Amino acid sequence: MTTITMPQLGESVSEGTILKWLKAEGDDVAIDESLCEVETEKVNTEIPSPYEGKIAKLLVAEGETVKVGVPIIEITESGAAPAAAPEKVAAPAAASAGQQQGEETETFAGDGAAPPAEAPAVPEPRREPVAAGGEVQAWPPGQMRSNGAGGDRSTRYSPAVLRLAEEHKLDLSRVKGSGAGGRITRKDVMKFVDSGEAAVAPAGTEPAATPATPVAEGQEAPPAAAAAPAPQLEGDEIRKLSATRRTIGERMRQSIVEQPQAWMMVEVDMTELARYRQSVKDQFREREGVDLTFLPFIVKATVQGLKDNPLLNSQWTPDGILVKKDINIGVAVSTEEGLIVPVVRAADGKSIAGLAQEIAELARKARIRKLALADVTGGTFTVDNTGAFGSIASAPIVNPPQAAILSSELIVKRPIVMPDDSIAVRHMMNMCISFDHRVVDGADIGSFMRTVKERLQSFGADTPLY
Amino acid sequence: MAERSVIEAVRDGMSEMMAADERIFILGEDVQQGGVFRATEGFLDKFGPQRVVDTPLAEASIVGVAIGAALNGLLPIAEIQFADFIHPAMDQILSEASRLRYRSVGTWTCPLVIRTPWGGGIHGALYHSQSIESIYAHIPGLKVVTPAFPEDYKGMIKSAIEDPDPVLFLEHKKLYRSIKTEIPEGDYRTPIGPAAVRREGDDVTIFAYGLMLHESLKAAEEVAGEGTNCEVVDLRCLRPLDKETILSSAKKTGKVLVVYEDNLTGGFGAEIVAIVAQEAFEYLDAPIMRLAGPDIPTMPYAPPLEHFYMPDAAKIAAAIRELAAY
Amino acid sequence: MVKATERPTKSRKAAARGNGAKGRSDGAKARSDGAKTGGAAQSNAAIAGVASHIGLENERLAELYRVMLTSRLVQDRMFVLQRQGRAAFAITGQGHEAAQVGTAAALKPGFDWVIPYYRDVGVCLTLGMTAREIMLDFLARAEGPCSGGRQMPTHWSKRELNIVSGSSPVGTQILHAPGIAWASKIRGEKAVTAVFFGEGATSTGEFHEGLNFAAIHKLPVIFVCENNGYAISESSEKQMSVKHVADRAKGYDIEGIMVDGNDLIAVYQTMAWLVEECRNGRGPKLLEAKTYRIVPHSSDDDDRRYRSREELADWMTRDPIDRTKKYLIDHGALTEEQDAEVREQVDVEVKEAVAYALGAPMPEPETALLHVYAEGV
Repeated sequence: MTTITMPQLGESVSEGTILKWLKAEGDDVAIDESLCEVETEKVNTEIPSPYEGKIAKLLVAEGETVKVGVPIIEITESGAAPAAAPEKVAAPAAASAGQQQGEETETFAGDGAAPPAEAPAVPEPRREPVAAGGEVQAWPPGQMRSNGAGGDRSTRYSPAVLRLAEEHKLDLSRVKGSGAGGRITRKDVMKFVDSGEAAVAPAGTEPAATPATPVAEGQEAPPAAAAAPAPQLEGDEIRKLSATRRTIGERMRQSIVEQPQAWMMVEVDMTELARYRQSVKDQFREREGVDLTFLPFIVKATVQGLKDNPLLNSQWTPDGILVKKDINIGVAVSTEEGLIVPVVRAADGKSIAGLAQEIAELARKARIRKLALADVTGGTFTVDNTGAFGSIASAPIVNPPQAAILSSELIVKRPIVMPDDSIAVRHMMNMCISFDHRVVDGADIGSFMRTVKERLQSFGADTPLY
Repeated sequence: MAERSVIEAVRDGMSEMMAADERIFILGEDVQQGGVFRATEGFLDKFGPQRVVDTPLAEASIVGVAIGAALNGLLPIAEIQFADFIHPAMDQILSEASRLRYRSVGTWTCPLVIRTPWGGGIHGALYHSQSIESIYAHIPGLKVVTPAFPEDYKGMIKSAIEDPDPVLFLEHKKLYRSIKTEIPEGDYRTPIGPAAVRREGDDVTIFAYGLMLHESLKAAEEVAGEGTNCEVVDLRCLRPLDKETILSSAKKTGKVLVVYEDNLTGGFGAEIVAIVAQEAFEYLDAPIMRLAGPDIPTMPYAPPLEHFYMPDAAKIAAAIRELAAY
Repeated sequence: MVKATERPTKSRKAAARGNGAKGRSDGAKARSDGAKTGGAAQSNAAIAGVASHIGLENERLAELYRVMLTSRLVQDRMFVLQRQGRAAFAITGQGHEAAQVGTAAALKPGFDWVIPYYRDVGVCLTLGMTAREIMLDFLARAEGPCSGGRQMPTHWSKRELNIVSGSSPVGTQILHAPGIAWASKIRGEKAVTAVFFGEGATSTGEFHEGLNFAAIHKLPVIFVCENNGYAISESSEKQMSVKHVADRAKGYDIEGIMVDGNDLIAVYQTMAWLVEECRNGRGPKLLEAKTYRIVPHSSDDDDRRYRSREELADWMTRDPIDRTKKYLIDHGALTEEQDAEVREQVDVEVKEAVAYALGAPMPEPETALLHVYAEGV
């Protein structure tokens, strides 16, 4: 038994209507004898039989419209088959999932239909690009292979992954890759961020930080809450966020959200120090090549305060207060890009001259954007010389995960009532401190501030610079 | 909502426009008897021989005469019987139609529609299967549209007729009667320019047009069952090109597959790849992939050869799997 | 190239026919009838020429003579400006003045449609473009009405005068003529479309396709071939196996008429007749004006390499401007004094045009991005 299907009777034709059967069931039919009249949108024609035999069954009624490839008639072939009897061509096992009924596969006539008699009656080879295992090869082949998909790719990052890692301050070594060869995909990163895992630093290890960020220590900031778009009026201008600006914003927000911060201010009499500095600064500059500012003295005094009050050199963690052994002082530097906080490492071992040298060098590097990763990481406490901007009192925001930040204000000459009740003109400076109240209380801060103040007031002619 | 095939949508669109504006006329080979694809069936009776003009078998004159008519106030629709035969008219399209406005500083314009059936998969072999879009989409001053759905065929042929500049309107032969969908009632337009997101997803973006758009949608369905969620963007219009939609989808998924049935090298999809590589680099999570026809003269006749050439849903699905796994 | 010796004989023969006519329309009718009944050889390749200026008043003749002078002088200036380094390129048509001015004078400016080719300064001036406009476009100034500095010089266009913008590929414009004429015809307008080209263009497929289409639909198109014997360096023998471009009309069953392209009166009267035929729905016409360019193909061309100085000298004796002047003087339409006066006026006009154009601004660089598509679409 052979089935004949509705052939494709023209380009773009997808169906045909049986107008009239020219043979009835049981009739004999010869090769090329007409079976029926078919009407399509493009042509009307008779369909000649590709076989000799007897009509077994008419499958479609007159007037009925069927898609190309739908069986219309069954013929029982007689002995005198064509020289090479056409085998039935089944739909390929691995045919495209999208293959619709009526779409031709290997023959011109339609799915499963035999070729017309005048065409060589040989089955067409099966559809080719079906490789072993039923895999279909796309053209051009091997696009992914040329991108090196083989082997361990777990540390090969795509641009998207690198960008996300930077935005979320991620350590990619903590992200498990699901892509080919263990490659971390964009979705792996997003999943990692969404899981909240990224926000938790593993205990005992310091989270990684990236260069050119205002803080030494990186901690994952939760993604900024979606804000309603700000109305933009004519003449308003959007200034794109630089990476530094974006990080500052994120860190400052994190600081305020996560740390209950309190504030205190003391005033310091800098008269003796000012006099001393005045007397040595020209010589210092000549010898060291850098200016001798008040800052190294302030840092020196701060180090003393931290030594006496180690709780201020610490950070809050879920496991407890992590008291840091090293005293690494971050010194805020204002640059065109924004605030950057390079770190004076092991500040407790440095002389005033050494501090002056190092602060000057870090500030220089910050301004020309040449800070290395080590220059901005590992800070345990921050000093911010807001007096440089003319401020006489400020409320700095703690640089997380540190516990406190000290600001030194402008030194101004003021009349002061001296211990002997006389009135004198003195060089006075305010010092402000913001602190993580989870870590320390007012008493600790008071003690620290007293130490720093006394140390500063003790600087004078006999203070060694080296 | 009525159901229409692609060819019916084109026919309806032109017929409605011609009924409303007598400046519109059609010229081409065999158009009076309806055209070989029956796009202008019944037009001769409805609009008469002055508005449905059978031309000599000479493509340059079909387009050249249409340009002249456009210069003198008519709105011609030139039919080139097969895109494969448009090349004799290329000088007219490239040197004349696309440049009239520019070279005359806007004093002359050429509101002209050139309709032509393109694409393969219909046993059309080397000279009835070609993709010509990359050649013509390269030409500033010309607009090139490649719709995939009946709704757009009708809405865009109307927009094309109203467009003050020359539009090459490419109709995929295999879609003419194989795709039948509901289209809106009434006198609507589909703007020339914007792409359409046909399927939303966040794993892989597929950019395609014409027949390949439908094959891509089928492939997207196929891999959806495997957990891969594809976004499928119907470009619809190649010039002007909707870069905004292309970039936003590429940035969304980071994995891009561009499918076109033209030869791979220098095909229009290469432009999509270039745009994404240049403007969405930091969002890419995998190499941008192309799936196209091999670089052989499009396309051989014998079914196994034709199948080897044509990208289809199965090949697209294979490419998606590769990309998704990357 | 047509042999010079053939011309006077045929010209006289045609002139004799023309002389028999009493008025312009009668003359046209007489010739039209002759064409219809006179057999293929006569109708398709008749040389028209006249010895009187029926249909042209003395005043109009003097006006056309002035346009010819302007055309010659403007184009002479183009070469000078190019040699001075003020223009990158010049391509001109000195010698074609009678063919250009005579044909264009038979058309209604702004009503009929004209598709010129690059040599047609005379056509554009006759239709109403000014020496200043020609110079502005030649020098690529922003104000130039044709292309505002976008095209190489001499791609003429002016919308208000129905002078259609052209491109550089030879022959493409021929196909626009039947399209323009189609639109005129189905709207029932009487406008005629004249498309101009050289004999080199008749070798292109567009020439065939354009004549074929126009002939099938009996469109009011006059195909005007300014046959100057050379397509750059290639003489006519290399372009065609027929002797005359007009012979090609046979293949389309339309009238092909030859005229002495250096004879202003003959050109005008033949064109006027063809225009009338076209207006009255008698289908397209092919006019071949035999002429000669007395300058190289362009500022980049050295014509000594392909034609002799003797040949040029011979043609210079038939300079259309000299011939027109002589005719006008012989017929009392001009005196030597008036000639000197008009030459002086034209000289001043062209000098002013050049000065104005040289002083006019170039286009702003960023305007290069404009007019690719309609704005806001």
